[in-house]
Amino acid sequence: METVLSLLSGFFLLLGSFLCLSGGVGILRFPDFYTRMHAAGVTDTLAAAMILIGLMLQSPEMLVIIKLMMILLMTLFISPAASHALGQAAVLNNLLPLVDLNMNHLAKNTTAGDESSKS
Amino acid sequence: MFAVVMLAGIYGLVSASFFVAMDAVDVAFTEASVGAGISTLLMLTTVAMTGRTEHMASHKPLLALFVVTVTGGLLIYGTFDMPYFGSADAPIHNHVAPRYIYDSMKEIGVPNMVTSVLASYRGFDTFGEVTVIFTAGIGVLALLSVVQRPKSEAVIEAINDSMHEKHLILRVVIKTMIPFILLYAFYVQFHGDYGPGGGFQAGVIFAAGIIMYALLFGLSAARQVIKQPVVQLLSAVGVLIYGSVGLVSMLNGGTFLDYSVLSADPIAGQHLGILLIEFGVGLTVASVMIIIFFSCSARSEYQQAKKGESL
Amino acid sequence: MTTILGLYNYWIVIVLMMIGFYIIIAHGHLIKKIVGLNIFQTSVFIFYISVGKVEGATAPIWQEGIILYSNPLPHVLILTAIVVGIATTALGLALIIRIKEAYGSVDEDDIQAMDNQDMVNQDKEQQQC
Repeated sequence: METVLSLLSGFFLLLGSFLCLSGGVGILRFPDFYTRMHAAGVTDTLAAAMILIGLMLQSPEMLVIIKLMMILLMTLFISPAASHALGQAAVLNNLLPLVDLNMNHLAKNTTAGDESSKS
Repeated sequence: MFAVVMLAGIYGLVSASFFVAMDAVDVAFTEASVGAGISTLLMLTTVAMTGRTEHMASHKPLLALFVVTVTGGLLIYGTFDMPYFGSADAPIHNHVAPRYIYDSMKEIGVPNMVTSVLASYRGFDTFGEVTVIFTAGIGVLALLSVVQRPKSEAVIEAINDSMHEKHLILRVVIKTMIPFILLYAFYVQFHGDYGPGGGFQAGVIFAAGIIMYALLFGLSAARQVIKQPVVQLLSAVGVLIYGSVGLVSMLNGGTFLDYSVLSADPIAGQHLGILLIEFGVGLTVASVMIIIFFSCSARSEYQQAKKGESL
Repeated sequence: MTTILGLYNYWIVIVLMMIGFYIIIAHGHLIKKIVGLNIFQTSVFIFYISVGKVEGATAPIWQEGIILYSNPLPHVLILTAIVVGIATTALGLALIIRIKEAYGSVDEDDIQAMDNQDMVNQDKEQQQC
């Protein structure tokens, strides 16, 4: 039982750290404000939740688990609201998302796929 | 300028994590709430009023660079006599600190040693600190206060309705969250004896909850909830509570701020004294932070109104 | 570490302190000066807290069975210092808002030029009388 709990908690902690890292890389590498905001939102909400669950599986007494559960609940409420606030501020200030309006190359791809599946 | 303020906020948060790594949990709590929260908020308000661009200096600051390098070199030379990081026999650990660490449980009975030193052994310093915060609040009021006619109910309702659709999600979520934030402020205030916490952190968190309400529902709606004369009075009452505890101790036969004489059992007296002064500290800090934010906002509205008139 | 490398915490503090010092004296924008002051203050806090840390000790909250605690005295001093720092910052920012209203700019060189211009105008008026 102990080892199963330790393994699970280690898994969640590692997953949370990986999500933090990928969120950081995303903020640097994504091309547009909205995609970068998505990366930041992932770090804020999902990575924090994973790390908190990992810590909950490791803690020795019930009071600590309850406190961590409260923090998790608050995080799940507040972080998406923060990401929403960011997005709304951008939209209200007329920052348009980067959208590729040239659809021709998509049509070319599908016809090429049909040809390759036929041949 | 916006990037500068954001980076300063991130720096505050990272230094809070330094403090946790060095076992200073109370300090980390205060630095996170103050340095990454209130300080960033006030700087953003100022940048909003003074403009986001700066024009570049016309000359290269070579003299400044030279002075800085020389000072830095001299300081590094001066550190060669200092004790190594983490050594247990440094002079700092040998004089007063062992008494604070090992006797504070017997003499005061409070597990958090930082609270016992802050509130009881060094209570006079904390009194000076509360007075400094109060003075800063008075200073900001003197600089930035604007004579306001309170808006009528109808105008506030109209502002509320116009903002409601745009900010619906944020309003609903924050309305649910604010009671928990205020409850957390009270928890930190009264739990400062048993874990990290105390009056300052609690006051800042309480003020942050009220400021969030003011940001989303408008300054006039927030002023209806937190009336200006009341919050000005409360900031003075906090300092008054602190001083009165000291005076009552003198009237009971002890010295100024000696809590052992406040009740029959010295340890119960210490607990009572610490509770009262932490409450006074929290009251003053919360009121002063609210005063500062409301004054900055009111000034910003006043500036915009004047610009609207002159155009 | 008990060699010269055991002093690395002081060197980090000195680097941060000098960065803050340079920002205060070299940049003209008043809000940047306040940010530099903040960095300077934080470096002093890190100095005090790092001096108080004992290796292998825990946070200064009394618990059963733990003997070695970090020194609580620097924590108390720095708690006071952080709050005084925020009071100073708030007052400085209020002053900047008023300066912007009075002078129209928050750059040190512009304000100095306007003050010099005022003094020159005052001298001219006095000479005329």
